Amino acid sequence: MAIGSGDTIVTIKKAMAKAAGEPDVVAAVKKWKNKRGSLIMVLHEIQNSRGYVPRDVSLYLSQELDVPLSRIYEALTFYHYFKLEPPGKAVISVCTGTACYLKGSPALVEEFSKETGAKVGTSTEDKLFHLQCVRCVGCCGLAPVAIVNGKTYGRLTTSDIKKIVNEWREHFSTDDAK
Amino acid sequence: MINAILNGIKIQVEPGTSILQAAHQAQVKIPTLCYHPDLPPTASCGICVVKVKNAPNMMRACTTPVGEGMEITTQDAEIVAVRRSILELILSAHPNECLTCLRNGECELQRLAEDFGISRSDLPKLVPSLPIDDSTKSIVLDPRKCVRCGRCTVVCQNVQNVWALCMKNRGLDAVVAPAGDIQLADSPCVRCGQCSAHCPVGAIYEYNQAEEVWKALLDKEKHCIVQIAPAVRVSIGETFGFAPGTNLTGKLYTALRRMGFQQVFDTNFGADVTIMEEGSELVERITKGGDSLPLITTCCPAWVDFMEKFDSDMISYFSSCKSPQAIVGALTKSYYAEKIGVSPDKIFMVSIMPCTAKKFEIVRAKDMFASGHQDIDVSLTTRELARMIRQAGLEFASLDEGEADSPLGRYTGAGTIFGETGGVMEAALRTAHKLVTGKETDNLEFAPIHTLEGVKELTVKIGDKDIKVCVAHGLRNVEEVVDRVRQAKKAGQEPPWHFIEVMACLGGCVGGGGQFWGVTDKVRLERAAGLTKEDRGAKLRRSHENPDVKKLYDEFIGKPLSEKAHTLFHTHYVERSLYRR
Repeated sequence: MAIGSGDTIVTIKKAMAKAAGEPDVVAAVKKWKNKRGSLIMVLHEIQNSRGYVPRDVSLYLSQELDVPLSRIYEALTFYHYFKLEPPGKAVISVCTGTACYLKGSPALVEEFSKETGAKVGTSTEDKLFHLQCVRCVGCCGLAPVAIVNGKTYGRLTTSDIKKIVNEWREHFSTDDAK
Repeated sequence: MINAILNGIKIQVEPGTSILQAAHQAQVKIPTLCYHPDLPPTASCGICVVKVKNAPNMMRACTTPVGEGMEITTQDAEIVAVRRSILELILSAHPNECLTCLRNGECELQRLAEDFGISRSDLPKLVPSLPIDDSTKSIVLDPRKCVRCGRCTVVCQNVQNVWALCMKNRGLDAVVAPAGDIQLADSPCVRCGQCSAHCPVGAIYEYNQAEEVWKALLDKEKHCIVQIAPAVRVSIGETFGFAPGTNLTGKLYTALRRMGFQQVFDTNFGADVTIMEEGSELVERITKGGDSLPLITTCCPAWVDFMEKFDSDMISYFSSCKSPQAIVGALTKSYYAEKIGVSPDKIFMVSIMPCTAKKFEIVRAKDMFASGHQDIDVSLTTRELARMIRQAGLEFASLDEGEADSPLGRYTGAGTIFGETGGVMEAALRTAHKLVTGKETDNLEFAPIHTLEGVKELTVKIGDKDIKVCVAHGLRNVEEVVDRVRQAKKAGQEPPWHFIEVMACLGGCVGGGGQFWGVTDKVRLERAAGLTKEDRGAKLRRSHENPDVKKLYDEFIGKPLSEKAHTLFHTHYVERSLYRR
């Protein structure tokens, strides 16, 4: 890509124009635009409605909220909650809070990674699984814990992982069959 | 005033003074890796910890203000042990590549490791594997060597208001990078190089082209010519033991000739030509009136890049005149080539600049090929030249004083002061007076614009006209000035000034991103004083008095702003906005 070429300007303007026409983006901007310190709230809304925050949207938000793109990316990459790419269908969140950590969650993370083929913080190529570590999910009595798409699995050992992964693999294959 | 005790010594400081600053005032040095006097403290490295009586933990000296009655201890065995542990942790995430690093011998981390006597490392190495980004061909980002001090991001965001760099991710994964998975060349980076001038280690540095120049110097087919910028002569000495501001023009000429350059020209000559063209442009615009004012200077390439990206609505107020570097380049491959009967394609033109953005300027538009060839082949920074002089085995300090070559070497005091904030303006006002009134003025010095204040204003009487001028340096300050012009235009008012000088770097080129490391306001002032001193002592101090400039116009160009002048000395600007920051 040529430095600052006319083509690049057009591409970026197009991307921003597209984002400007998306209802969830427009609504989030309208709601928060004139409130100071509202960047995180807007990003939350986009993350919740799409599962990730696309670059085009960030570019548009940067203009509309008058926040540098660099600052937006600092926020997006600081918090694990935000994703920059669409995640896999089954989002596996392994708790690495203190209790779960001590009860052996690092080994669970490794096992999930082995079974799904996704590295921590990324999705599998077929976009079936996304693997992430999260801080305390608030049920330390069940430690170590993992949550897949809202379903909680407690007192896990590494031997449970294969079953869970297969359960979701099956879930989405029957889903696709429908 | 606040009274406290530091290492048993009674101290008295202004309210708000940090322990680090207070210690400095008491001749005590507290080691630090992230603090830089130009920037607000970020407390990211932790090396500056000290003990404060009755405080539960050790405190970071850079961000802790001295309190009334505070009892501070800055060194004892415990503090040294803690600092050493922190240093060992930092080193465990830093590659052991000192011998092949451009900062070898000039690295702040290396110095600390030596001070603390680090002789071995028991911690496992956690050096990330990340690619080098040299996409700008001006500055190189090697995130593996980053110590996450944050200086580069703070200077890029707060001082320059460019926001090309940010600190992505956190903890061990934190990395300095442009926003998103893009290269620096596709970010808003204007290549000012302030990140590289502030980096304590070798994580951001100039795009090193010394080898290309050595190769050309060895090529018998090539006629190698060099030009040196004003600010280089007062900074190069710092690597050879001279104080900042020592003017080493004569030794530089000799060094460059001994390295094999056949002709040694001076960018200051180009500065005199810039004044002829820009001064004429100013007079033309003042006469024309209407919406043609203000005139904004364009000798700073990082500013040009910035304006094309962020302030492209200002393009019509931009002087079309090229920078002194570009002018000497174009003249070398046209005027000089014709004079000596050498084909311009045999000429290899090198410029020595205090600047990383100059590396981009030489290819930024087709106007930079005014001679029919690329007018300047390679632009080196002060730092690259310093290394080349050492490689050449020259005993720089004891070299004889040389002279520059004719016809592009002689310069006036006005050309020299181009390297400091306010200098271009002062030089322009000297010549504008002559152009407007036809008479010379004895009013050659404008002290109020020689300070380090970010935005400086002055009204100067030229003939019966009050000319309002403004001088701004540091891109955040510049934005303020541009905004005021924009608001006035929007409201249909007269612009607040007729003529505006802009330098992207604080202090102007003396504080440039390609200059020797360790710049502070004190160093900026010392370097600037070196240039001012040369001007104040010069016989010729008005650009239009330069006999070689006169000859150039008589023999080759005709008049300023003539057709030929436009071909060689002027350029165009385009909108380059990749994304607004």
